[in-house]
Amino acid sequence: MATSSVSKGCFVFKPNFKKRKISVPIGVNVTDHDLTFRSLTEVLQNNVTPYVVSLQAKDCPDMKHFLQKLASQLMDCNVDVQSKEKEGVQVTQKKIHYSMDSLSTWYMNVTQKTDPKIPRKKRTPSQWQSPPVVLILKDMESFTTKVLQDFIIISSQHLHEFPLILIFGIATSPIVVHRLLPHAVSSLLCIELFQSLSCKEHLTTVLDKLLLTTQFPFKLSEKVLQVLTNIFLYHDFSIQNFIKGLQLSLLEHFYSQPLSVLCCNLPEAKRRINFLSDNQCENIRRLPSFRRYVEKQASEKQVALLTNERFLKEETQSLLENLHVYHTNYFLVLRCLHQFTSSLPKYPLGRQIRELYCTCLEKNILDSEEYASALQLLRMLAKDELMAMLQKCFKVFKSSSEKHFGNTAKRIEEFLAQFQSLDAEAKEEEEDTSESQSKGLQKTDLYHLQKSLLEMKELRRTSKRQTKFEVLREQLVSFIDSLVREYLLLPETQPLHEVLYFSAAHTLRQHLNAAPRIALHTALNNPYYYLKNEALRSEEGCIPNVAPDICIAYKLHLECSRLINLVDWSEAFATVVTAAEKMDANSVTSEERNEIIHARFIRAVSELELLGFIKPTKQKTDHVARLTWGGC
Amino acid sequence: MMSKLESKEDKMLEVQFVGDDDVLNHILDREGGAKIKKERAQLLVNTKKIIKKPEYDLEEDDQEVLKDQNYVEVLGRHVQESLKNGSATDGGNKVYSFQNRKHPEKMAKLASELAKTPRKSVSSNLKSDPEITIDIPQCSKGHSASDKVQLKTTLTPVNFSYMERPTANNDKSEFLSTAPRGLRKRLIVPRSHSDSESEYSASNSEDDEGVAQEYEEDTNEVILSEQIQAQNRVLSAPVCKETPSKKMKRDKTSDLVEEYFEAHSSSKVLTSDRTLQKLKRAKLDQQTLHNLLSKVSPSFSAELKQLNQQYEQLFHKWMLQLHLGFNIVLYGLGSKRDLLERFRTTVLQDCIHVVINGFFPGISVKSILNSITEEVLNHMGTFRSVVDQLDWIINKFKEESSLELFLLIHNLDSQMLRGDKSQQIIGQLSSLRNIYLIASIDHLNAPLMWDHAKQSLYNWLWYETTTYSHYTEETSYENSLLVKQSGSLPLSSLTHVLRSLTPNARGIFRLLIKYQLDNQDNPSYIGLSFQDFYQQCREAFLVNSDLTLRAQLTEFRDHKLIRTKKGTDGVEYLLIPVDNGTLTDFLEKEEEEF
Repeated sequence: MATSSVSKGCFVFKPNFKKRKISVPIGVNVTDHDLTFRSLTEVLQNNVTPYVVSLQAKDCPDMKHFLQKLASQLMDCNVDVQSKEKEGVQVTQKKIHYSMDSLSTWYMNVTQKTDPKIPRKKRTPSQWQSPPVVLILKDMESFTTKVLQDFIIISSQHLHEFPLILIFGIATSPIVVHRLLPHAVSSLLCIELFQSLSCKEHLTTVLDKLLLTTQFPFKLSEKVLQVLTNIFLYHDFSIQNFIKGLQLSLLEHFYSQPLSVLCCNLPEAKRRINFLSDNQCENIRRLPSFRRYVEKQASEKQVALLTNERFLKEETQSLLENLHVYHTNYFLVLRCLHQFTSSLPKYPLGRQIRELYCTCLEKNILDSEEYASALQLLRMLAKDELMAMLQKCFKVFKSSSEKHFGNTAKRIEEFLAQFQSLDAEAKEEEEDTSESQSKGLQKTDLYHLQKSLLEMKELRRTSKRQTKFEVLREQLVSFIDSLVREYLLLPETQPLHEVLYFSAAHTLRQHLNAAPRIALHTALNNPYYYLKNEALRSEEGCIPNVAPDICIAYKLHLECSRLINLVDWSEAFATVVTAAEKMDANSVTSEERNEIIHARFIRAVSELELLGFIKPTKQKTDHVARLTWGGC
Repeated sequence: MMSKLESKEDKMLEVQFVGDDDVLNHILDREGGAKIKKERAQLLVNTKKIIKKPEYDLEEDDQEVLKDQNYVEVLGRHVQESLKNGSATDGGNKVYSFQNRKHPEKMAKLASELAKTPRKSVSSNLKSDPEITIDIPQCSKGHSASDKVQLKTTLTPVNFSYMERPTANNDKSEFLSTAPRGLRKRLIVPRSHSDSESEYSASNSEDDEGVAQEYEEDTNEVILSEQIQAQNRVLSAPVCKETPSKKMKRDKTSDLVEEYFEAHSSSKVLTSDRTLQKLKRAKLDQQTLHNLLSKVSPSFSAELKQLNQQYEQLFHKWMLQLHLGFNIVLYGLGSKRDLLERFRTTVLQDCIHVVINGFFPGISVKSILNSITEEVLNHMGTFRSVVDQLDWIINKFKEESSLELFLLIHNLDSQMLRGDKSQQIIGQLSSLRNIYLIASIDHLNAPLMWDHAKQSLYNWLWYETTTYSHYTEETSYENSLLVKQSGSLPLSSLTHVLRSLTPNARGIFRLLIKYQLDNQDNPSYIGLSFQDFYQQCREAFLVNSDLTLRAQLTEFRDHKLIRTKKGTDGVEYLLIPVDNGTLTDFLEKEEEEF
């Protein structure tokens, strides 16, 4: 991570009498930043210096506040180190007007005192007499330039007594440093640039560690993964939120799927199968994937599976084991395929492994056009590219401890060896042709020359058809194809996949990425959607007059422009409601009924106000203003 | 559907906008000999700016739809029908699109439609309906002159086509007579239609003008309404070959914007001038309103019950999710107060929980924090600032991991809590591991309160709970529309606010009330001057300096309980902007209690 490199970086380059400054460009508006900076602070505190202070722009409108914040935080973190021995002093110090002088004298005191007590950390090089003070400015862009400039100039004067390292968090581009600080100031700094990892890479890591592994049995179906990555890519770029989504899907899976008890590591699952109740066995039998599996079996076995609990449990155990093996193979082959396709031109199968994974989960990859074109492209690759891919692939297989992939690894090794030997052969061949050419040149006879030329042409045509390299490449491609064909099957084809795969994408979207406005709109426009009463059924865009009051009031208010006359509104409302009541044949006196209707209108209007559709206005008497623009 | 309506509503017209392509199509169509259409009366008004608007709308809208679809697909929305979210069917653009300039009479019209035909009411949702049906407005008293002026200034001549049903022809004389004659003079539409292939006879042209004006108005609505399907249907065919295509493009971007400002810039209000006073409806106060409403038999109770039962099944799931570090927010139409109450009574009986009525006008973050520190943590000290208090609470909860607290907030988006700072503080509270927050939001724009940082603090799980139940409690404190009608701040809110104040403050306020009531017959009473008031308060041992009195007054002013006015002599006068009846009631109530 960026953090560790930061702490290293500030030791490697150390020009004298210059403050160093480290900028960490990070994206804008990502919720993970706090986490990043917190871990950075922790790492710094553990490895470099106890004096780590982080400031935010909103706390420091001017120099005075800046210094005050700096001093109070600095002394706080020091107090922690010294086990709060001087708390009384601390309080009185708060009222002192801080200056750089007082800070540096304080620093001298502290370091002299602590020096004998705290043994130097190993990693702190000897140039540092005492641990430096690290100041983190999380959002450099929003600081006032004046404050920054002044602070840098002042503290550069005190650098001898008060070693300071600044860390700037930059959201835009590193150039902003020079735009904020004039040359005179920025020349006082020794700038070192560090780039934090892009959040996409974090996403890849998370997926790699959590999903593309057999270590955790829980898996996401294609749609769920799609929803989560889309929320990530289109909404917030926040790993935290992505993990929240993962947590929620985990929660939903265990909450809603009764067979999720078996969603644990293999030995444990096998143990649990033995304790399954009759009911749970019945659940297994009801799984669609299991039923499909049963239908494929011989009739005796079918009967046994459906009636005999013992037999069912044994079968389930073996099926789960198969599922486990399937996943191990799946991910290996997936990674292998990714090695081959990730660097193809135009990335037909995506640059990231998650894109490939999504495609594989979505449909049978063999049927997809992208796969066909990827193979086509593979057939056109040059030898060194293929070799590099093979190397990586070989590493992937080597790293897995699975036995039955030994063969595959061997095959790949063979391929590698063959490609290498091609080099030598090609040289020989070349020599051959040059020999023949020289032979042909010896004879000056026109007839012979013609003949030999023809021969050469013939020879070249045959060899053109398939050089050795091409044959080998063809073999390699078909080998990969066979791997994919064998192992990258859809998870849906596997019996008992429901146990491990969470597929309710819509609940996930509902709870993470809700649309309250649309829900409100639907409820007001189409009450039948919620209240399944036949009286409310209507064509799109209109509502029956028996609908709830608020719906009618809402519908009527849509007909108005900016301002709504309350009298007109209430009359219109009364017209609609009276018509509805007539059908009910209510026998109340008309005056009272009018009163009631008016009261209902008042209620509906104040509810609409609460919902934020209208607000009272003084522009005209007895009018309300609409707050939504549109919605016809 | 059209033909049915046609027979029913004689004056029903169908107005439809067509793009150039459609126009051409239609011409070709006609050459092919589509006789049916010939029967229909056609009118054409050609002008400079031509089809720009509809064309633009069509294109723009198509793009929008495309974009929406992309996005929707991207979210995987198309695949699954979300069961509980109304979102599945409507794309975003359908929900809140741009608003049309509406005809003032539209509402009454729609009302009568709704009343007349319970089932087949005329669609008001212009956009969703492929065939737009618009009544010709009967130019009645409501159709005021200002309206027409508006028309003249705002409407640049627009080429439009419309189609009149044959039946409408029969009735034409009738509605033409209602159209004000003066209107025609204002007509600024060039007469180019006369030499186009209009099927109107020359003798008709005089009348056409009036009609044209009418139609122009109507069509303007149609123009603005973004109509997608218009392209698919060809109903009438004006030809306008002189369409300046360059102009079209240039105007494109500014158009929607212009429409917005057009509707918002004009100070003219196109509504009728009737006021509630003329209606002679008795003023209603809270109590009578409540009584009246209690007589209304609730409809759809079976369905509502079913809805509620559905939600109640979620209670245990909510508990689980709360315990796992998520917080829950409920949204959807209808008061969620009862639901939360049931949640509280069924599952939270044995836990410490704090219920916060966000809709209460006197609520503040400070009072929430106070109730946590005093009631839950039994801490009697005071804090220098809200931030200090928050820090203290956070430390306390971090130290004692066995401590658990449920926060139930009704209306997290209420006026008092929606501020940035309040939300930040509540968010920080809710991010604690052992504080569980379950809240409800109602306001249309409530989600705008939270930026990314706050959302990650809250860690929301959204649940849609549309209950359709009435916001009785929530609106009872509202002092807006209802108050205007009854002319006073409701008594209940007065008592509620005052109850939260110190006895001294109450005494001060009572003094002012009494003084105001003593002077109620004095027509020139403008209020109690500050100096006199101070003197009185001093004598009653309520304040010891005018600074303290001013501090108290600020409190009242914040709750809009008093108003200050500078008199002609420059002295401040204090007045309670509440009518005297309410004040007497209030005094009586107060005396009963103490």
